[in-house]
Amino acid sequence: MADLIVTGKRVIDTFNDYEGPGTIYMTGDRIEKFEKEYKPDTNGARVIDAGNKIISPGLVDMHVHLREPGREDEETIVTGADAAAAGGFTAVCCMPNTTPVIDTQEVVRFILSRAKEAAVRVFVIGAVTRGQEGKRLSEIGDMWDAGIVAISEDGKSVMNAEMMRNGMEYARMFHIPVISHCEDANLANGGKVNEGYNSTVLGMKGIPSIAEDVIVARDIFISRFTHSPLHIAHISTEASIKLVKEAKEEGLDVTAEATPHHFSLTDDLLKTFDTNLIVNPPIRTTADVEAVKRGLKDGTIDCIVSDHAPHSPEEKDVEFNAAPFGMIGLETTVGLTFTNLVHGNILSEAEVLRKMTVNPSRILNLPYNGFAGDGLADVTIINPDLEWTVEKKKFRSKSKNSPFIGYKLKGKAVCTICKGEVVYEEDI
Amino acid sequence: MAIGRGHLLDLESLSAEEITTILDTTRTFREVIDRDIKKVPTLRGITVVNLFFEPSTRTRISFELAEKRLSADTVNFSKATSSVQKGESLKDTIQNIEAMRTDMVVIRHSSPGAAHYLTQCCNSAVINAGDGSHAHPTQALLDIFTIREKYKRIKDLRVLIVGDIKHSRVARSNIWGLKKLGAQVAICGPSTLLPYEVEKMGVEVFTDIDEALEGVDIVNILRIQLERQDAGFFPTLREYTELYGINMERLKKLNAGFTILHPGPMNRGVEISDEVAEHSDAVILEQVTNGVAVRMSVLYLLMHKEPVSVSEGVEV
Amino acid sequence: MAEKKVLKEILDTESVARTIKRMAHEIIERNRGVEDMAVIGIRTRGAILAERIVAAIEEIEKISLPLGLLDITLYRDDVHSRLEQPLVQKTEIIFRVANKVVILVDDVLFTGRTARSALDAIIDFGRPKCIQFAVLVDRGHRELPIRADYVGKNIPTSLDERVVVKMQEEDGSEGVYLEKTVEE
Repeated sequence: MADLIVTGKRVIDTFNDYEGPGTIYMTGDRIEKFEKEYKPDTNGARVIDAGNKIISPGLVDMHVHLREPGREDEETIVTGADAAAAGGFTAVCCMPNTTPVIDTQEVVRFILSRAKEAAVRVFVIGAVTRGQEGKRLSEIGDMWDAGIVAISEDGKSVMNAEMMRNGMEYARMFHIPVISHCEDANLANGGKVNEGYNSTVLGMKGIPSIAEDVIVARDIFISRFTHSPLHIAHISTEASIKLVKEAKEEGLDVTAEATPHHFSLTDDLLKTFDTNLIVNPPIRTTADVEAVKRGLKDGTIDCIVSDHAPHSPEEKDVEFNAAPFGMIGLETTVGLTFTNLVHGNILSEAEVLRKMTVNPSRILNLPYNGFAGDGLADVTIINPDLEWTVEKKKFRSKSKNSPFIGYKLKGKAVCTICKGEVVYEEDI
Repeated sequence: MAIGRGHLLDLESLSAEEITTILDTTRTFREVIDRDIKKVPTLRGITVVNLFFEPSTRTRISFELAEKRLSADTVNFSKATSSVQKGESLKDTIQNIEAMRTDMVVIRHSSPGAAHYLTQCCNSAVINAGDGSHAHPTQALLDIFTIREKYKRIKDLRVLIVGDIKHSRVARSNIWGLKKLGAQVAICGPSTLLPYEVEKMGVEVFTDIDEALEGVDIVNILRIQLERQDAGFFPTLREYTELYGINMERLKKLNAGFTILHPGPMNRGVEISDEVAEHSDAVILEQVTNGVAVRMSVLYLLMHKEPVSVSEGVEV
Repeated sequence: MAEKKVLKEILDTESVARTIKRMAHEIIERNRGVEDMAVIGIRTRGAILAERIVAAIEEIEKISLPLGLLDITLYRDDVHSRLEQPLVQKTEIIFRVANKVVILVDDVLFTGRTARSALDAIIDFGRPKCIQFAVLVDRGHRELPIRADYVGKNIPTSLDERVVVKMQEEDGSEGVYLEKTVEE
């Protein structure tokens, strides 16, 4: 006898390439069985009838900042997981730039123990170098033993190319990828926004697109030389996307992700001086936004991630130059993706879902396999046509630093089930 | 006449008509400061705060004199801070000062948009006295006023701005103001100090000064800062002077009846030779005098008495 | 009920000219000549009247007096309560007022606030020997202790009426009118 049953006319199981009616029977935290039929009249257990809404294996956001340990005033693992659930994600991967940095098994274990109280699954990404200082490798093997799924220096690049080479070669032994935040610190030189016509007019210190491009190129070369998997984080420039495309055509083990803000916003907005627009990599030009959309369409970009980066009001409610990088995104990613990519006729529903389910799962070797057989009881129900407005007061994240407040979006996760439990639910 | 929606933040958002109103009003105040008693009672009872977060002598004194000659009460708040320095936030600073019933704020800050940000956290009329490399509207207005007094027009004049355009708020504000009034604007400097896609602002761009000076009516020479040499934008000041310094020989390329401007403070012998600085067609001191009149004009046009708020301290 | 504005003529073109001439005579008589005298008109119509008075005096005395034009905007006491600032016109007083007999000229004397502003403004230019005040029309209702030395015509008015002075140079026609609002 199943504990929870989800049924609907539109199951999209990207792991098993199935689109059609279906009913998912869950017992405990596992899927007991899947039937390719819509059965709203099933008796016995709790039945969620999704009708015409999309039923997908739980979404994964492989790039978030949960701020714990260190900045629990901005977000905690529990509040971040609540925000993830409200955004339709059943799993998040947290970046290591916390205080202390996630560079030892102790910190990994701490996060995993906190994650037991969280609404969704939390996977941990360790730092490439100790303290993210770029000087000595962190104990990658030890962290792997505790369960990390990747390593990354996110927030910056490992500027020493030899250190990056060592990190990639070392990580290859554990079959985990290096996720590279690509920005040459010298070229970026303290900039706050994309270097372009808008930074020129507004007198803002610019980060040139080449700051990203040269590191993407460097890391692809290192990946080729060391035969190590490389995942490019939040890709944002036309030239970088071209480099990844060529690497893939060559058959290298290179993947990439993009954020909703990099396919939704351009630097033309900077004239508002809204500090919530300050993000790294910076929002760029219309040509770059178009390139990100093309990259998502032609498969160069494998994943859509939020790069959820909470900041407190006292950090963001300041003059432009004083504000830190980052915006929250867990609760707007599905909405922006459906609005701009699906309703914008760039990608189909199944194609965007792949970038939030099977693709991140395979890159990080996560234990998901969709609805076939004995899978994890993680399910997301999406109403692709629901029109809603982003409201500050409705955010579950502890921080509210979103430039999308007031945006009208179409498409939203309306029910999130993780480990067989309903962790988020709207009237459906 | 209302200008700039109650604040003066930049010239980009002003219309040609608004700029002309400021310039016309400036003539009246220029007449006032040439009187024996250089003072009118217009801003009696108005309190103006001069918030200077960057060192400045000239602009601060110019604003202070303008305020005093309009009979306003003035308060000066100077604090050299960097954005990373912790302490009271800009928002708290202004809200505390405004709680003492001030009416207008003049702000100079190293962050672009600082004046814009102030309009969101206080009720006073805000005047931008320089925000990072973004804008310095009163400096551009005084430059344009000085040019207009001499030529009686701006339209179709050829103006060249020379130097570190990349880091210059004076250059940006001059470009917008002059272009709105119909001048032809060109810029010249080492390519490392020309900002990305600056040609899209509608200016002609030169790196060769001798080519740039050909047929120009007005040259506005920007101050070059030693820090730029240290940051690697050009090799040495010596080489900069050789390539871009304005000397008597270079003046020969200009149109007859030319004018030399410099926003100050000058590095004589670097971006401008001593002889050029002393040239009879250099109006550098005239700019300083007009600066007070322009600021009186702006203060007058934006003058605005804040009614005492009843909901003080309550967030709405 | 509809409202309508009616103009009643008080002085026509000829009467205005006669009145100005008479005021010129009074000014000369009171001061026993025009020695060290200067005339300052308050913009806009006071300035036109001042010009006419200077011309009338020149006709009689064959002396052209220095003429100044005064914009009192910067001296007004109601600027803070306005939403938008009035445009300021240029003040043109190119002679020294110190030790002069200054004849201040305006078209209408009403509350006295304009005259008060003008007195402050003139004194900022220097210390005149004395200031005398000439107006074409005195309509009463003073709010300050101010009176005119030379009055073209006294017109008793109520507060809801308006005195309209038209001058050829500014309005294209000339005359003084009383404007009333009546219900139809």
